[in-house]
Amino acid sequence: MTKLFRSEWASRVIDALLPVFAALAALLVGAVMLWLLKANPMQAYGALWDGAFGSANAFAETLVKATPLLLVALGICISFRGDVINIGGEGQMIVGALAATWVGLAFTNWPGWLVITLSLLAGFAGGALWGGIAGYLKAYFKVNEILSTVMMNAIAVQLMNFLLRGPMIDPDFAERSAKIPESARLPDAFQLPRLAPTRLHLGILIAVVLAFVVYFLLWRTTLGYRIRAVGQNVFASRYAGIKVSRYIVTALLLSGAFAGLAGAIQVFGVNYRMITDGSATGFTGSAGFNGIVAALFGQLHPLLSIPASILFGALLVGANSMQRVVQVPSALVTVLNGVVVVFVVSSEIWRRRRQRQRLAAAGAQAEAKSETDENLRTTEAQP
Amino acid sequence: MIENLFSLTVLVGILASGIRLATPYLFAAIGETFGQRSGVLNLGVEGQMLLGAFAAFYVAITTGNLWLALLVALIVGALMGLAMAFVTVNLHAQQGISGIGFYLFGLGLSDLLFQKMLGTVETVNGFPKIHIPVLSDIPGIGEIFFSQNVLVYIAFALVPIAWFVLNKTTLGLKIRAVGENPDAADSLGVSVARVRYFTIILGGTLSGMAGASLSIALLNVFQQNMTSGLGFIAVALVYFGAWSPWGVMAGSLLFSLVNSLQLWIQVKGVAIPSEIAVMMPYVLTILVLVVTVKRVRAPAALTRPFERES
Repeated sequence: MTKLFRSEWASRVIDALLPVFAALAALLVGAVMLWLLKANPMQAYGALWDGAFGSANAFAETLVKATPLLLVALGICISFRGDVINIGGEGQMIVGALAATWVGLAFTNWPGWLVITLSLLAGFAGGALWGGIAGYLKAYFKVNEILSTVMMNAIAVQLMNFLLRGPMIDPDFAERSAKIPESARLPDAFQLPRLAPTRLHLGILIAVVLAFVVYFLLWRTTLGYRIRAVGQNVFASRYAGIKVSRYIVTALLLSGAFAGLAGAIQVFGVNYRMITDGSATGFTGSAGFNGIVAALFGQLHPLLSIPASILFGALLVGANSMQRVVQVPSALVTVLNGVVVVFVVSSEIWRRRRQRQRLAAAGAQAEAKSETDENLRTTEAQP
Repeated sequence: MIENLFSLTVLVGILASGIRLATPYLFAAIGETFGQRSGVLNLGVEGQMLLGAFAAFYVAITTGNLWLALLVALIVGALMGLAMAFVTVNLHAQQGISGIGFYLFGLGLSDLLFQKMLGTVETVNGFPKIHIPVLSDIPGIGEIFFSQNVLVYIAFALVPIAWFVLNKTTLGLKIRAVGENPDAADSLGVSVARVRYFTIILGGTLSGMAGASLSIALLNVFQQNMTSGLGFIAVALVYFGAWSPWGVMAGSLLFSLVNSLQLWIQVKGVAIPSEIAVMMPYVLTILVLVVTVKRVRAPAALTRPFERES
């Protein structure tokens, strides 16, 4: 074993494969659960696969589900790299969607391309605002961002219900006593273009392009370098003259912005109106949480987050056909997502251990350098 | 108008339900306090609560034995705590994120089992109100404090017990030492791992109890995601209460009273949109965090995995 690890190359390959092992282990846990629920695991996973990839339509659905996951995941890549734990994806999606919907319904006479652009920008800004508040509170008042983002989620849900049952309600529902929280439908001209004779829309392309943008941002710009530096070592960064507070705010601002964009694209690409059952999930489909799972699975790397998001989109879509075929509730996928998260973060210990071995192997050269330098260097060298 | 809205009976009703609603917050937040004092942030509380709530509800509805139901919820919570302890203590996993993993696990599993094993929303006969003789006859006060179900009493009794254990016993000293300076504690022969295992499992157990208090004492139903963020608020309450059981109790009461006031406002149809009323406790929590966090210092080793220097 040690011989295998001695080769730096092999060690890095194993690092890269850790999430795959974690996913396989999670699938194994799922198989045991299916077996306990008296379903045939092979049949269940077969149905899941067919439901997600079995036809052009199925694959399109998978990509439609993957779009918000990827956008949220991109934001998570930025914030988690900056050691800012943004749990507020749900709320940020909601506020982004509210802002975008408002723009879409306010300027019905304007040309479609312009309103779509403005709306998506509004979504970006809305999410940025919601994330930025938590960032500001963390940077200047030391309020733990995990707690504040969770609170902001709850506040966003109420804001959504208030607006969609009140000022932004579909006029057709306004007079009824049982008010369904949903906005009016957007004009047809404002719908994101479809890419194929399926429900697949432009959103997936936007998300993939942005994945490259975020990659560039994190590894090719000073801003990205500083966000990561703060994430690696606050004290060293401060010593190096980086204004830590500013980059904490920026990390959450950007993280929220991508989630907000995910919300906006959900409205303009899928539902063409903002609608919910009164809960956060009712609108987001838990993408705000599942995006975290996808990002972790993609090793917080924007480009690896693309296949990771498609995988988790596939799980979500496939779960429905699994439910039909073997009568196991699709909630199983939520369980598996949880298991994947736990396994991925647990497997980090081996990555860190080998990183330390590599560091030791580098000998005297590494001795002079701080661990921060090494971490930054290795992450930079990733694909 | 106002004096009419706040007549004495209404006030007593709001206070009584405020005390009652504090139960799940108290159980979960006291458990979380132990974890955080030993340096572990358990964000999986919500998932542990949901599984505890389901376990208790299921046992109660199938056997009718509430105490057995409670016991099963405690065991389920403890097992979740055990898993969390292994992941954070032995594998040094990032605590915040693994907590989210456990949250998703509990959220999904409780929903899955509910759909598979019960399917329809039913109600169960939960723990009845216990009227403490003499004391419950005091007008007002009696209804507020001495006519509650047994879990309410246990939850409030837990506060001084937790304070005593944390501050007046060797165990408490060890817990605090491990949370403040694990290296020093380790060099004095305290097993950091064992202490953290204890606090995390205790936290899980109490979260299971918090869930049970919802499903077989307060609401007497189980629904998918019935905690709806309550577990996360419990984590926030520990910060809010500055890591002290008394502070946590104050926070829980503040939160549950605002909640019960808000429920009443909704029922009464006062001219405040109910969404704004529901939003208030969360806004309040953030504000309180802003005010308190700068003044009070968190346990120094919070969220830091312990690794002996080699």
